[in-house]
Amino acid sequence: MLAPVNVSLESLNLMTLAPMLIPIVGALLILVIDLFKSNLDKTLYVGVSLLFLFMDFFALYDASTIFAQDGTMLGVFNVMLIDGLALLSQFIIVIASMLFIPLALTHKRFHEFSYPEFFALFLFMIGGFQFMVASDNLILIFVGLETASLALYTMIAMHNRDKSFEAAVKYFTMGALAAGFFSFGSMIFYALTGSIEINQIAAVLAGNGYADIGYVLVGVVFMLASFGFKLSIVPFHTWAPDVYEGSSAAMAGYMSIVPKIAAFIVAMRLFEFLIHSGVVWLEVVLYAFVVITMTAANLWALVQTDVKRMLAYSSISHAGFVMAAILIGTTQANSALFLYWILFSFTNLGSFSMLWISRQKHLPDGQSSDHSYDKFAGMIKTSPMAAVVMALFMLSLAGLPPFALFWGKLYMISSAVTGGYTVLALVMALNSAIAGYYYLKLIVYMFMKEPVVGVNGEVYVANATNALKTIIGIAAVGTVFAVIAVNPLLEFITAFVYNSGY
Amino acid sequence: MIDHILSVLIFFPAVAAVFGFIIHKDSMRAYGIAVSVIEFALALWLWFAFDSNVSGMQFMELIPVVPSFGINYILGVDGISLFIIILAAFFTLIGIASLTDTKNVKNMIITLLFLQMTMVGVFAALDAIIFYVFWELSLVPMLYIIGAWGGPLRVYASVKFFLYTFAGSLVMLVGMLFMAYFYYQATGVWSFAILDWYRLILPESFQLWLFAAFFIGFAIKVPMFPFHTWLPYAHGQAPTIGSVILAAILLKMGTYAFIRFSLPLFPDASVFYMYPIAVLAIIMIIYTAMVAYAQEDVKQVVAYSSVSHMGVIILGTFALNVEGISGSIFLMIAHGVVSGALFLLVGVIYDRRHTKMMDQFGGLAHVMPRYATIFGIMLMASVGMPLTINFVGEFLSLLGFYQQSHILTLLAGVAIIVGAIYMLAAYKKMFFGEITKDENRSLKDVNKRELLALIPLSIITVWLGVYPKPLLGPINNSVESIVQLMHDKATSVEAKTRIPNVIEGIVITRTPAGEAH
Repeated sequence: MLAPVNVSLESLNLMTLAPMLIPIVGALLILVIDLFKSNLDKTLYVGVSLLFLFMDFFALYDASTIFAQDGTMLGVFNVMLIDGLALLSQFIIVIASMLFIPLALTHKRFHEFSYPEFFALFLFMIGGFQFMVASDNLILIFVGLETASLALYTMIAMHNRDKSFEAAVKYFTMGALAAGFFSFGSMIFYALTGSIEINQIAAVLAGNGYADIGYVLVGVVFMLASFGFKLSIVPFHTWAPDVYEGSSAAMAGYMSIVPKIAAFIVAMRLFEFLIHSGVVWLEVVLYAFVVITMTAANLWALVQTDVKRMLAYSSISHAGFVMAAILIGTTQANSALFLYWILFSFTNLGSFSMLWISRQKHLPDGQSSDHSYDKFAGMIKTSPMAAVVMALFMLSLAGLPPFALFWGKLYMISSAVTGGYTVLALVMALNSAIAGYYYLKLIVYMFMKEPVVGVNGEVYVANATNALKTIIGIAAVGTVFAVIAVNPLLEFITAFVYNSGY
Repeated sequence: MIDHILSVLIFFPAVAAVFGFIIHKDSMRAYGIAVSVIEFALALWLWFAFDSNVSGMQFMELIPVVPSFGINYILGVDGISLFIIILAAFFTLIGIASLTDTKNVKNMIITLLFLQMTMVGVFAALDAIIFYVFWELSLVPMLYIIGAWGGPLRVYASVKFFLYTFAGSLVMLVGMLFMAYFYYQATGVWSFAILDWYRLILPESFQLWLFAAFFIGFAIKVPMFPFHTWLPYAHGQAPTIGSVILAAILLKMGTYAFIRFSLPLFPDASVFYMYPIAVLAIIMIIYTAMVAYAQEDVKQVVAYSSVSHMGVIILGTFALNVEGISGSIFLMIAHGVVSGALFLLVGVIYDRRHTKMMDQFGGLAHVMPRYATIFGIMLMASVGMPLTINFVGEFLSLLGFYQQSHILTLLAGVAIIVGAIYMLAAYKKMFFGEITKDENRSLKDVNKRELLALIPLSIITVWLGVYPKPLLGPINNSVESIVQLMHDKATSVEAKTRIPNVIEGIVITRTPAGEAH
């Protein structure tokens, strides 16, 4: 006879689940509201989502104070792992989501925001990403990843344009492939070590001295490919520009930040011990990925004629830049990753929001894409405030001091220098110079060209409401005055990363 | 207020620029002049309060920015930077005062005020990252000035200017991060403060690499041959005010940075690279002089002659002794005054004829005598005639380098004399002979507004040429301490001998400088 299962509720430490459960409850609530009374205005759903995100934020804050005192927490049969990485990345996810969701309050009416399901899916997705980063268990990571990704595909498709369907299907196919790779990689690691917990895998592999190095490498290849798709690392990036183009600008901005930070965390957990294991092969491959992603994406971005596609390639390049942190693998580098990504979220969300407020409902005649460079010609004359704000975001993305991303780049390059990767540091610096060109191109169009005939300034703020302007204002203030925030952020991040052992 | 005079000098124009957005465009010029007069008065007050007997930093300020990573907002001024700051304030004033009818004059003045913030910031910053912030930020207003008010190729010229400098400075940034890392290794604390770095003695092999990294950033800015190709475009396309500020102040950032960073941080590497850099400088002097001779556009002549003189500044800097470095700093001021004035003068004729081609002119001395006189004075100063401001600087620079190499100095000296040819030829083409074009017969001579800018420049040119002591005194003081620091820090035997020991050799080194007074 089997012994009765006897688990004390204390040992489950259910509080570790609280931050993930809050958005899920919120999503269910939205569905329930819809059951009772449909056709409610989108403002209600935005408000409810924001409320739950605030609660989520508060729960995270609570968890982080506990972490600061007691260190890493485990919970729910040791499946949940609340360490500094999990907390920091959840902060980024929740804050970026809070900045994103008010972007639904556009002036023009867009298809997707009239469905309550959009907001429910949005909250489910956040819950998924939170599960993904707060676990060390490959299966739970997989579940979180798939929950979030499936919700995301649907949200893209709901944008209801021809290109959106193409984008969603493309993203779905690539995502399915990545999921397949991920499960294959996990399977191999399980076969090798008999465990699906990353720290157990690391312990077993280190214990037998990487005896089955061949199989480890095969597993690593699958994992690399999987994360390559999720992080849009070259050569797995091909979906990204099309998907960004097909989805709404706000969604594209969101996709360039939140899914990637989640994937970075998992990559960090997994590759950290593999790189430090002395498997030279992995270091070389990662090195190549980082350099190629940065450089190639930059070169492609140079030749784009549409600002959104340019920003898509630029996001790929930034992801490559940050991927360097995983290669370097010191505490400084890992802290730099978070610092960079926090600053990047403000700037990138800001620049995509600028595109979003200039979005027209239908394409005007003779215009093949929503945000061609020509559209922005002479913007300083017709809409000077918007032009200056857009220029700020571009200069920040280019890494011009003293704007936000400069500090991220500075710390990241410094971590390469400190970690002994001199050549990498130079490559990163020179890539910033290449990137300068395409950001500058938009500034040249805005400030130095004559306006297109028949365009008045209203085009650039066609979609603007006070809510959107507030978000852009927050992003702009964050971009300009980042220098004040860098020191407290850096101390906070470094303490969290260091105390989680990375 | 005097304790924070440097911060005030930096941020007063920026704050004024922000308020500029609410000023009506008809009153904008008056507002701009008022702001820059106050700024210039503050700069003069700084000079007045400056103690010329102190060789170290004065008016220092320190505010932590990112203390956990060693980045602090540190400002300070010594004899080296003092006069360049005053020059920056002076030229912004002159630039705004002499601004002719420009479209979007409001945007132009706001941009100029922002540019002034970055210029003063670069010369006052004593923290590498703060220096870098202002250094990079100065590109943006200049990009806008060239790109929005420039000639037909303005977009190309402005983007080229931006990318060239941006790429160079990023390499320099990596160098700075290495420097901070070495400091961290030596002391266990991160620091980007230049004065902290001065105390760090690096092995020669590190010095060589770091010197190269910094060199790329600075050399593009100067611009040194072969990195000079952006400059003719920038000058050719920039509006008058852009060229004036670019030549008078922005280029000085590069040469100033050599003296502030490269020499004291890497004394051994400076000695190691002395000859290659001197050769580059001499190529720069001769080659650009030849190119200048072949130009048909008078602004390009001035632009290339400006590059040519930057070569002399570099040569003086890499003399690595008190005379050479003092001379090169003095020449920076002189070059600022003279080439700034020449660009203003070109602007005067361009406003009247809307062409800069020399074959369109001829015989201008008949119709514009005052213009021809002032142009003549500046031209004489530019070719280095004794009793003008350039002569003092050039003489001291060459005297300094003479102690390192006779042959190279001789070459440079000859090149400078040859340089006179193209300037005189250009002058002849424009001003002498018969008036060939009818349009030139009815040209008006310089008006009051232009005189307001040109007369002070002429007075300075002659005054400092005759009596350079008020500037040379403080400059010499600070340079002596830098040279002494380099001598003490140098590790190789060659560097010890090449860089004089100022304290022992005080009698010998003072004499030539005394003659120049």
